[in-house]
Amino acid sequence: MSATAGPGPTLNWRHRLAERGVDRKLWLLLPATIFVLVLFIYPFLYGLSLSFQPMNGGSVLANYQRFFNDAYQRDTIFTTLKIALPAALLNVFAAVPIAFRMRGRFRGKRLMTTVLVVPITLGTVLTAQGLLNFLGPTGWFNRVLMGLHLIDGPIRLTNNYWGVFFSLIITGFPFAFLLVLSYLSGIDPTLERAAATLGASRSQRFRRITLPLLAPGLATTFLLTFVLAFSVFPSAVLVGNPAGSTRVISLAAYQAAYEQYDYSYASAIAMIMGAVELVVVAIVLVWRARLYTGSTGGKG
Amino acid sequence: MTATTAAAPPARRSLRATPTAWVIWAVVIFFFVNLAGVVGSVLVSSFGQRWFDTWLPSGFTTHWYGDAWREFGLLQVITVTLVASALVVVLSVLIGAPAAYVLARQNFPGKRLVYLSFLLPILMPPITYGIPLATVLYKFGFAGHLSGVVLANLVPSVPFVILTMTPFIEQVDPRIESAARMLGAGTRAVFLKILAPLLVPGLLASAILVLVRTVGMFELTFLTAGPDSQTLVVALYYSMSAAGIRAQQSVDAMAVMYTAMMLVLLVVALRFVNPTQLVARVKEEPE
Amino acid sequence: MSGFDQLSLDGVGRRFGTADALADLDLTIERGEFIALLGPSGCGKSTALNCLAGLLPLTAGSIWQDDQRIDTLPPEKRGFGMVFQNYALFPHLTVRDNIAFGLRMRRLPKEEVRRRTDAAIDMVRLEEHAGKLPGQLSGGQQQRVAIARATVLEPSLVLMDEPLSNLDAKLRLEMRTEIRRLHQSLGLTTVYVTHDQEEALSMADRLVVMRLGRVQQIGTPEEVHTKPTTWHVADFMGYRNLLPVSASRVDGDAVTVPLGGTTVNGVAQGRVVAGDEVVAAVRPEDVRLGNEDVTGLKGRVEVVEYQGRELAVEVALEDGVRLHARTDRKVEAGEHVTITVTPGRLLVYPSEGPADRPAAELASAGLAV
Repeated sequence: MSATAGPGPTLNWRHRLAERGVDRKLWLLLPATIFVLVLFIYPFLYGLSLSFQPMNGGSVLANYQRFFNDAYQRDTIFTTLKIALPAALLNVFAAVPIAFRMRGRFRGKRLMTTVLVVPITLGTVLTAQGLLNFLGPTGWFNRVLMGLHLIDGPIRLTNNYWGVFFSLIITGFPFAFLLVLSYLSGIDPTLERAAATLGASRSQRFRRITLPLLAPGLATTFLLTFVLAFSVFPSAVLVGNPAGSTRVISLAAYQAAYEQYDYSYASAIAMIMGAVELVVVAIVLVWRARLYTGSTGGKG
Repeated sequence: MTATTAAAPPARRSLRATPTAWVIWAVVIFFFVNLAGVVGSVLVSSFGQRWFDTWLPSGFTTHWYGDAWREFGLLQVITVTLVASALVVVLSVLIGAPAAYVLARQNFPGKRLVYLSFLLPILMPPITYGIPLATVLYKFGFAGHLSGVVLANLVPSVPFVILTMTPFIEQVDPRIESAARMLGAGTRAVFLKILAPLLVPGLLASAILVLVRTVGMFELTFLTAGPDSQTLVVALYYSMSAAGIRAQQSVDAMAVMYTAMMLVLLVVALRFVNPTQLVARVKEEPE
Repeated sequence: MSGFDQLSLDGVGRRFGTADALADLDLTIERGEFIALLGPSGCGKSTALNCLAGLLPLTAGSIWQDDQRIDTLPPEKRGFGMVFQNYALFPHLTVRDNIAFGLRMRRLPKEEVRRRTDAAIDMVRLEEHAGKLPGQLSGGQQQRVAIARATVLEPSLVLMDEPLSNLDAKLRLEMRTEIRRLHQSLGLTTVYVTHDQEEALSMADRLVVMRLGRVQQIGTPEEVHTKPTTWHVADFMGYRNLLPVSASRVDGDAVTVPLGGTTVNGVAQGRVVAGDEVVAAVRPEDVRLGNEDVTGLKGRVEVVEYQGRELAVEVALEDGVRLHARTDRKVEAGEHVTITVTPGRLLVYPSEGPADRPAAELASAGLAV
């Protein structure tokens, strides 16, 4: 019965694996791992390598050079950021005071949140169709403004930058609002009351207690809203001006693939798109890592 | 904050009357009015006979629905939509739920890497991975068919199931599983008799969420669908971008049908999940 | 899964990363014994229990049931019963189905399942609640379901993980008796984990006192209570007065240590040489207040706590050392008193180096590790 007796090597091996938390349950990860490798990692790497093999020959980086040397293509990056960043920022910053005001319980809260989910579920295609009707030159919006004599003639709100911007607000704001609301309700309200008993005013409580606890949540909300806005595609075509002010980068990638059938170039653009997005994500994550991200005292 | 109410002792009451509150409510109401306008104008237009530069159409009719149904072959489109979504739901739950279980319960070397690789498909713009994915699917002959649509839609759905299920699994005390094992239940019995019944709410929630997202998913389906594997939202996009060929109203009629379908799903979904969960998986609101 | 005569843990250990949650546990359990694993939180007692159950794979050592090695078996093959701290009842199954679960897993005939389940429900007196879900029961009732569920299989060993810690004080006393009664009437072998020394002393045949993942002492309740082997065990067993001093005179196992400007006599618990840094330990019950003991210690009452028949008193000696004492005499804070220590009850432990010294009062309060 000494420790060295018995089937030694296999058992030692088993002991060492157990120490690291490796056991048979890990097999359950297998389907998902295969899935991610086959349907995400492999296509991604395939696209990456394809992007280095230009269709018309040339150097390895020819596709990338082509993209950055062509102002029409290069500018899609700035066009996309110019739409996505302000839209995401506006969505998050408008959501904070509104969510703060509505975090308590009140009649109709569930109804309100339900109505807010509607534009998210409908998605950008339907929103685009609605915006064309509603904001168009003969739409209700312009009619009301003219009826109130705020404007003389219809203002142009579709088929340009504003059309896309509004579509991102209509779908993005409820998204940001619901997220911020749930982060807010995860903060223990007694913390604020404790601060109040220590003499903090309303604005001090918000600035010194609620906001620091909320900040990581805001960063996450901004990221998710930004990702949605950055990949804007259908509304850029339908309510934007796809040849000019709203020629976003996803459109450039799509055209390369499905209009010019240059999958190599399209992959290169897709990679650039991913890289630009990840840069923004990384910046936000680095900032977020510097914040307090522990428990916010709320339940569960 | 406000000079007018500064002297009032019950501070809580005075909150409602502050100017900021009025501004905030005004913004919210403005948002809702516009939202109603957006959805309403599609709805009204789909029932309008002719609508040109007036407040309301000149007369009302329902014939655009019949037109849209025939012109766009909607029976087939809706069938494809439902079949594809159902397949995505079943497959993503089968693949995602076991992985969620391991991620919720176990620590192992490389867990962060595995977790990140499951998270990336959600963080990436669909077009970024959609184009290489579509290229690969075309290479192997999946794209252009239903199978390609299903495979492409699995990419964001499986991680979504994992993210949705994980907190549900964490809520089940591991000691309940231990108790079952101590009573002689093997792995299969633990899963079937203990975990499955306890996870029904989580399974339903993630299934319904994946369903809603797949029916509404435009980009990936758009990139991988062939002419006879379009879902409703893609068909809607094509009919819109080909504006001028079809009557505006029949496009609107199709949009209304899509809306109706989504709203039915939404009503069903909200029986099982709260609105926030439809958006993203964050901690449950204590209600 | 018939019973065993002896269950041996041989050098059992469990590491998490670089931390040893449990190391070198050697223990032999005889059939019919009631063993308590005792120690502060984080001492490794629950780890030991889970290793024994098979819920936690070992990272060292082996477990033998007579001469069969069982640490490689999964928990469901070991045939042990377990009662969990929060009961771990299946929330979706009724009381009856919870209790019958294990019998069904064994694929016993329906008739037998019913008969044995009924008997178990009777045994814990839950007849009226058999159809209810666990959520509808009180804490004490849930506890009884958990016990019935674990014992209905007549397991060769029952493991209990702090089963009483979620109950209120009164119920806890009742359930103690109940568990001990079941242990005897069903002829069970029980391993019971607790951090409550009183519970362990009153229920167990043998105690295993643990600290920092290692066994400190194995012994009968009386041995552990009166002769702790280290001052850490003494600390945990209610020796509230732990005094870091140096031995001034040693004669056999009689040690004299300085205290309060004079000296007191104690009993060495290990190798002690004159001049050694030692730890003197004595229970408050063995420090009594007198009024006219001429040679005794003198001090001033600082804090008085009413504890029913007696008063618990904190006394500051002339050299500033504070002693916890007991008295049935009415004293008040500020009063000057003399103090006597019950002969033979001051235990003197060698200290294992400068770090191994009792810290200030708060840290020695018992639960700190």
